[in-house]
Amino acid sequence: MNDLIEIRWHGRGGQGAKTASLLLADAAFNTGKYIQGFPEYGPERMGAPITAYNRISTTPIRIHSNIYEPDYVVVVDDTLLESVDVTAGLKESGAIIINTTKDADYLKTVLKGYHGSIYTIDARRISMETLGKYFPNTPMLAAIVKVSNIMDDAEFLEDMKSSFKHKFTKKPEVIDGNMKALEMALKEVQKI
Amino acid sequence: MGIRERLSGNEASAIAMKQINPDVVAAFPITPSTEIPQYFSSFVSNGLVDTEFVAVESEHSAMSACIGAEAAGARAMTATSSNGLSFMWEMIYIASSSRLPIVMSLVNRAVSGPLNIHNDHSDAMGVRDAGWIMLFSENNQEAYDNLIMAHRIAEHKDVLLPLMVCQDGFITSHSIENIELIEDEKVKDFVGTYHPEHYLLNDKEPISVGPMDLQAFLAEHKYQQAVAMRNAKKVILDVAADFEKMTGRKYSFFEEYRLEDADIAIVCMNSTAGTTKDVVDSLREKGIKAGLLKVRVFRPFPAEEIAKALSGLKAIAVLDKADSLNAAGGALFTDLTSAMYTNSVSVPTLSYIYGIGGRDTTSKDIESVYTDLQEVVKSNHIENPYRHLGVRGLN
Repeated sequence: MNDLIEIRWHGRGGQGAKTASLLLADAAFNTGKYIQGFPEYGPERMGAPITAYNRISTTPIRIHSNIYEPDYVVVVDDTLLESVDVTAGLKESGAIIINTTKDADYLKTVLKGYHGSIYTIDARRISMETLGKYFPNTPMLAAIVKVSNIMDDAEFLEDMKSSFKHKFTKKPEVIDGNMKALEMALKEVQKI
Repeated sequence: MGIRERLSGNEASAIAMKQINPDVVAAFPITPSTEIPQYFSSFVSNGLVDTEFVAVESEHSAMSACIGAEAAGARAMTATSSNGLSFMWEMIYIASSSRLPIVMSLVNRAVSGPLNIHNDHSDAMGVRDAGWIMLFSENNQEAYDNLIMAHRIAEHKDVLLPLMVCQDGFITSHSIENIELIEDEKVKDFVGTYHPEHYLLNDKEPISVGPMDLQAFLAEHKYQQAVAMRNAKKVILDVAADFEKMTGRKYSFFEEYRLEDADIAIVCMNSTAGTTKDVVDSLREKGIKAGLLKVRVFRPFPAEEIAKALSGLKAIAVLDKADSLNAAGGALFTDLTSAMYTNSVSVPTLSYIYGIGGRDTTSKDIESVYTDLQEVVKSNHIENPYRHLGVRGLN
């Protein structure tokens, strides 16, 4: 891992991109890192495009601005690809991770010749199979951890298990499904 | 050693309030206020504090309830933001002129209008002459630390003034970042118990609070407020020294970052100071002698100290996150240039209005200010001292 990793999330209101960015901050914090997790707030509407950010560093973070040249971009909803410039400023040494079932040709076209790595994952199927509902943020969280190599899989799963226990104290029945979603996503995210 | 945590600025402030465990918290619990009263009310519900939480129907009443509680002899706190503070405005003056050391957490957000919920300092600047001590915070850690120090300063017998701790709305209030918390017991010992000398519920000394105060006395009372504000300077430093002994974290009126041998410097407050430190480091690597002065204590304004700290510079840029709309520069700029003039320090100084209504302030924006300053030094000439940063259509 580099000294500082910057991540930008694109999603739609209600899909949990903000929560995913906060969970990622939590997980990285628990491995001893310095972290920032913050959404770009606007009027809160279901379905509206939203952006969230993470900085993860081995040294204290002082900068307080949005991220314009991210190392990684996570796209939680592929309908954004044609309306939002998701690769804006994205480093070519980095990667974009997209929740999609669209083919490589389509993705390369809408990403306007982005030369860095493109990863895809079918977070919808994983979510439906493991949770029975469409919550794409859990698989996308695992995908970014895998691709960015912020921490190893076992450490991540261990940490998320305790986070979920805390987060879902009132509905423990969803913990297993969320853990399964993470495990599947770690295996299924792939480079095109 | 402290406790390693990750919290938003709002959470950190609420936890500071929990550890302070005040007698009364009166707050308006929804927008335009912050999450701070919401978190705090859950501490009350869960029995983690002994506080009487008064969920009032408006911010005007929030400050009124704090005034009543504090006058009665209780330690009172509140939290608000933007138009919430505007709605308190009348009572803000009553609090300070009645010499009630109420402590407020202020999450800085734009005052409407048009309607905007994002960060700037227009709320705080609207009460800068109201007689409150005003501390500004770069990040969640400083917002927390400033609150822990607040009561010791405000309640000191030579001061007895209300105090507000400011931090940037959303940028630090809603961002999760690392923080080092202090153990509950240590905070309790540090803050101490409140023993007011005069208070309404003392049946051995009947007093009035806030009566008529006409030509015969108001001038003397305002003079006493002015003296108290000057006295606060020593108390702020004394409390900071004790705080440093407890935590190792050093605070003063302002922070000087690579300023000692600097040629050019930015002066600013709150979260922008962090971004500026990164820019200073990168400019230093290129051999440019850039520095930063981050104001922590805005009221009382440390005029002599700031003028002295800036006296060796060749050019200065003052960044104001609120426009005074006076055609003569932002509030920090006018205070600072006045301080320099009074202390016979003459350095070319530019005013920049920036970050209005949540406009993001990037490293590139900050770099452009240092570039402007280099230009001023080179040409020894200022074309226009009243500038705006990051506004479309300019430059």
